[in-house]
Amino acid sequence: MKLTGAEVMVQCLTEQGVDTVFGYPGGTILPFYDAMNNSSLRHILTVHEQGAAHAADGYARASGKVGVCIATSGPGATNLVTGLAAAFMDSIPVVAITGQVPTTMIGRDTFQEIDITGITMAITKHNFIVKDVTKLADTIRYAFRIAASGRSGPVLIDVPRDIQTSVVDFEPLAEFEKYSWAVGGEILSKIKTAVQAIQGAARPVIVVGGGAVAADAADEIRALAEKINAPVVSTLMGLGSFSGTHPLFLGLTGMHGCKVANQAVWEADVMIAVGSRFSDRLTGDRDKYVEDKTVIHIDIDPAEIDKNVAAHIGLTGDLKIIVDLLNGQLNDGQRSKWWMRIRECQQDEAVDGDEKQLSPSWVFSHIAEETFGKECIFVTDVGQHQMWAAQNLKIEKPRTWITSGGLGAMGFGLPAAMGAQFAKPDKRVIHFAGDGGFKMTGAELYTIAAHKLPVISVIINNHGLGMIRQLQHVFFDNNYTSCELPPNVDFTVFAAAFGVHAVAVNSAVEFVQAFKQALASNQPAVIVVNISREELVTPMAHPSGAINAFIDM
Amino acid sequence: MKHVLSILVHNQPGVLVRVAGMFSRRGFNIHSLAVGTTYDLESSRITVVVCGDDGILEQVIKQLEKLIEVVAIQILPSESAVRRGMAMIKVNAGGDKRGEVLKLADVFRASVVDVSEHTVTFEITGDEDKINAFADVLAPYKIMELVRTGLVGLARGDNTIHQYERRNFHEQIVL
Ligand SMILES: Cc1ncc(C[n+]2csc(CCOP(=O)(O)OP(=O)(O)O)c2C)c(N)n1
Repeated sequence: MKLTGAEVMVQCLTEQGVDTVFGYPGGTILPFYDAMNNSSLRHILTVHEQGAAHAADGYARASGKVGVCIATSGPGATNLVTGLAAAFMDSIPVVAITGQVPTTMIGRDTFQEIDITGITMAITKHNFIVKDVTKLADTIRYAFRIAASGRSGPVLIDVPRDIQTSVVDFEPLAEFEKYSWAVGGEILSKIKTAVQAIQGAARPVIVVGGGAVAADAADEIRALAEKINAPVVSTLMGLGSFSGTHPLFLGLTGMHGCKVANQAVWEADVMIAVGSRFSDRLTGDRDKYVEDKTVIHIDIDPAEIDKNVAAHIGLTGDLKIIVDLLNGQLNDGQRSKWWMRIRECQQDEAVDGDEKQLSPSWVFSHIAEETFGKECIFVTDVGQHQMWAAQNLKIEKPRTWITSGGLGAMGFGLPAAMGAQFAKPDKRVIHFAGDGGFKMTGAELYTIAAHKLPVISVIINNHGLGMIRQLQHVFFDNNYTSCELPPNVDFTVFAAAFGVHAVAVNSAVEFVQAFKQALASNQPAVIVVNISREELVTPMAHPSGAINAFIDM
Repeated sequence: MKHVLSILVHNQPGVLVRVAGMFSRRGFNIHSLAVGTTYDLESSRITVVVCGDDGILEQVIKQLEKLIEVVAIQILPSESAVRRGMAMIKVNAGGDKRGEVLKLADVFRASVVDVSEHTVTFEITGDEDKINAFADVLAPYKIMELVRTGLVGLARGDNTIHQYERRNFHEQIVL
């Protein structure tokens, strides 16, 4: 079959099961847009290419499929960069397709020529520039394979304009074979050692990370925890891989983790880390973090073992299979003494959340209650609200918590929420942002409105860059600078400009009402929650200290 | 501590940047680097001398294994591999000094590749220590310039890098 390169691109995307792509057109990608227009692919035109990249990322996180974004050469491609970096840091499978100036013009600083493979080399799992149309189809297939297999991640394919217009013989792919990880080598003996360590543990703790979500290992992890009766704590990325309402769940751990979760990690004698890369925001001082502990580290990426924390037992491979193998050999345990100790710590933890003052933790707890049992996906931006959300929402299922963990990219939330809503039209996407981050990519409300996506955006408005203010409070002696914004932005008017229903609330009663209404309607909605500037995220462990050494604020 | 790593890579555009970029991005120290094609047009071989303890060496290898174009990696320890570099050294040795430097060169089996009224240029092949030692003895005669290649090396005996090639290498690991 003779096709143009652009038609080959459409065929290959379809072959991979892609139905929705996010993008923004421009001169060098127009042949592809031309071909796409006559295809079954649904193209979502975003407001900004950064939005397209985050949307593809949100789509991938919500669905587990590969997200696809498209941009033109030059500025279109560079606008993807933050989005690709966010996906890279959190190991999210995304394929980005960029137009490029024709092959004959490359290297001459042609109009809108940018070396995007050079720029994205460090923030993609791999990237390609296609200079031979006969290699186009296989490159796209390979890109999807790289993005989705092993430790997943973004892959970029740069396609010069003349490659899109050249004609080539196209062979459809009969079936896409998937590589699956096979148990082999020394893993079985290592599993035995791990089983012995766990069996002998008096105070085990399970730390779940983003890898547990990626590996779809929630059932296996729950079985493990219940079998050995171990407390489970979650990293920011791991939320949802273990039910937030399960009695064994202690909550978020890390710099803003809850005290009991961090204390349990501190006192544990055996730590089973499932799909976590021991980020600095999780561990604080890494030497103290693992002192007097046996660390069992399970990860799909061999390079993660011993990278940040030296593991006593490193198990590399598919988490789902490995945890299942562990479960098969482990005996039931009780560990009642350990639990007595944990319950003791739990009682020490003060319960806050003042309803009258419209405190942010109350807002999130209320949302958790109101949405309990409903099919919701929670998406955050970056800052204080992100931490309040992580601490107070009860995330029940994998892929219903979407946040930019590794990169911590402000502006991620709204476009990612949009992508998630496209991926899961039957679920309700609830998005949270600070007023700062919302301003960065808030214009994607346009896209949300255009497609009548029922995303609820809750803007936690503290009239400033709350997390920056908190850092200046703690580390710079209240020398506030560039963090208190003039309080005169009316986000309801902004939302109204896109035709999105919006209300601002100043009390708990108003919030209850507004949230109920937003949930009941099947429309996009914005709720601006005006809170005090003074609110702080507590607890807060010192970023380079022990995780149970909390800063007094 | 210095380790010599031999890396077999697919000959794709940008592969050297990718490998070198990984080192600089992660803060690994490259002492020297040598690249060249092999008898197979599809692949190139990169020899890197990296500084660091065993933990760093392990991370370097694991991070290299994640690069899509990397086909095989082999450690070349001094005990079980031949490792050579080449250097050219130009010294200021006219007149009566010339005889002395030529004698020294003989001891090191360095060959003369250029001679002018005031200068002699030597070529020397050997491991790092040999090249360093030769440069040291020439130093009193004023070295005008020195250029050296990165080390290259091969394992002794039947051992080759190809035994480290694995089918589905990346799929099995992290691809
Ligand atoms: C793109 C980007 N720029 C800067 C930062 C640094 N930063 C982290 S949190 C934060 C403040 C966020 O303020 P806001 O969006 O209002 O959320 P809040 O902390 O008030 O909840 C900033 C500036 C970042 N994470 N991302």
